[in-house]
Amino acid sequence: MADPTLAGRPNTPAVELAGIRKSYGHHEVLHGVSLAAQDGEVVSILGASGSGKSTLLRCINMLEIPDAGTVAIQGEAIAITRRPGQPPRSADMAQVGRLRAKATMVFQSFNLWSHLTILENLVEAPVHVQKRDRRECLAEAEALLARVGIADKRHHYPAHLSGGQQQRAAIARALAMKPSLMLFDEPTSALDPELVGEVLKVIRDLAAEGRTMLIVTHEMGFAREVSDRVVFLHRGVVEEEGPPAELFANPRSDRLRQFLSREGWKTSAPC
Amino acid sequence: MLDLPFFLDTLSTLIGGVPLTLQLTVLSVSSGAMLAFALALMRVSGNPLLDYPARFYIFAFRGTPVLVQIYIVYYGLSQFPVLRQSMLWPFLREAYWCAVIALALNTAAYSAELIRGGLNSVAVGQIEAARALGMSRPLAFRRIILPQAFRQMLPAYSNEIILMVKSTALASTITLLEVTGLAAKLISQSYRPVEVFIGAGAIYLTINFLIARLCAALQTALSPEKRAAPAPAQSPETEAPRHG
Ligand SMILES: Nc1ncnc2c1ncn2[C@@H]1O[C@H](COP(=O)(O)OP(=O)(O)OP(=O)(O)O)[C@@H](O)[C@H]1O
Ligand SMILES: [Mg+2]
Repeated sequence: MADPTLAGRPNTPAVELAGIRKSYGHHEVLHGVSLAAQDGEVVSILGASGSGKSTLLRCINMLEIPDAGTVAIQGEAIAITRRPGQPPRSADMAQVGRLRAKATMVFQSFNLWSHLTILENLVEAPVHVQKRDRRECLAEAEALLARVGIADKRHHYPAHLSGGQQQRAAIARALAMKPSLMLFDEPTSALDPELVGEVLKVIRDLAAEGRTMLIVTHEMGFAREVSDRVVFLHRGVVEEEGPPAELFANPRSDRLRQFLSREGWKTSAPC
Repeated sequence: MLDLPFFLDTLSTLIGGVPLTLQLTVLSVSSGAMLAFALALMRVSGNPLLDYPARFYIFAFRGTPVLVQIYIVYYGLSQFPVLRQSMLWPFLREAYWCAVIALALNTAAYSAELIRGGLNSVAVGQIEAARALGMSRPLAFRRIILPQAFRQMLPAYSNEIILMVKSTALASTITLLEVTGLAAKLISQSYRPVEVFIGAGAIYLTINFLIARLCAALQTALSPEKRAAPAPAQSPETEAPRHG
């Protein structure tokens, strides 16, 4: 586990956010959030509904353009054009496309393309965005589907899969890009309780193989077990941050303590 | 009483108008579709300089009768000396091309709204997934939005084609002898409107029935996701995720 505050750090972080601000209209959702993840690190982002977790994650791949602050992926800062009186926008769409392919996102609602089979979903972006050889991509896609346990569904359409299977397919679709970073926005929140386990299992395996991941989740037990570091977001600021063992056992701030108890988590600290 | 021999005779004469009816339909629907696509893109562009002209076009052509539009093209274009001297005049002076142009302009207005509806029906999440996986806007439009929009709008579009088949009957008012034009001519010769119009109606019904079936077949072919899931390959159960 790497500490981004170490002086003279040897490695560029897989992702580094500095001073991210984002408003919708007059409502500022993120008030200057800084965050970094080293290669191989798994960072969970916790926080109450509306605290800005999704917005933060979407600022990383420019689905939302931050009003202030910088995002760098593997040391490459994303160019943003900001002019007074105008909404910020990406300065270089080609760069954004390239970095998005490196930092793929898994959505709460899967968002598999409904008109394509599962296999076609997996090869679509590698072939058309990364311009890789189709046959090679198909072979890799088959292997990825086997890995997430839905090889037999490759010729099915998303509508024919259960939520758990769809999310596993969506994770495989994100993996097919060979990303250096994966972003998960509440990957199990749209699932029936009995389907949550199969998806968490896939993510756990990814963590075990040393993938760099940022995971927004409400699954406290999972976050504690799988993360190298946990970030607690409260009303658009990082309220508390640290290794899961410490954070879950001894939350320092009242807000985190309250949040954990509302989520049904028993902390050792007296209330 | 229906005079059967006369009716069959009429029918065989009227069938002679079918090629012209179909030509008018195919030419106006296909060129109208291209114009409609451009109009729909203007509507969804988010740029008022493109959106408002398209809105006005659609408003004007949906708010006036096709017959009036046909008359304006047929009688109106010759008023412009520029057009009369242009290279296009050999076309514009033909009733045939006037009918095609008027019908195309008309269907473009309706189809533009159908296409726009199809484009807007594509779920935000589908587009976000495309962007999140690095697709550029044009690529996402071509690979994700357009195919989904097309499937979505096809049923309504088949309706529009059927309406166009029926609208071609109005071309008879500018001298064209398509099915209705031939029917009018037969009536003026035989004074037996009932048999003649029943014959004409039967022909339109047949054409439209075939078009509806064709579109339904196309819709089914394009929407495998709406059909039942393919039969399971070997194991009926999905395997559990493999242990890493
Ligand atoms: N596109 C938008 N337009 C306007 N307001 C928005 C938009 N997206 C988010 N917000 C607002 O920003 C705030 C933070 O939203 P965000 O989705 O980031 O929260 P979250 O922490 O992900 O919550 P949840 O746990 O419910 O997913 C909320 O108050 C929300 O209403
Ligand atoms: Mg959220």
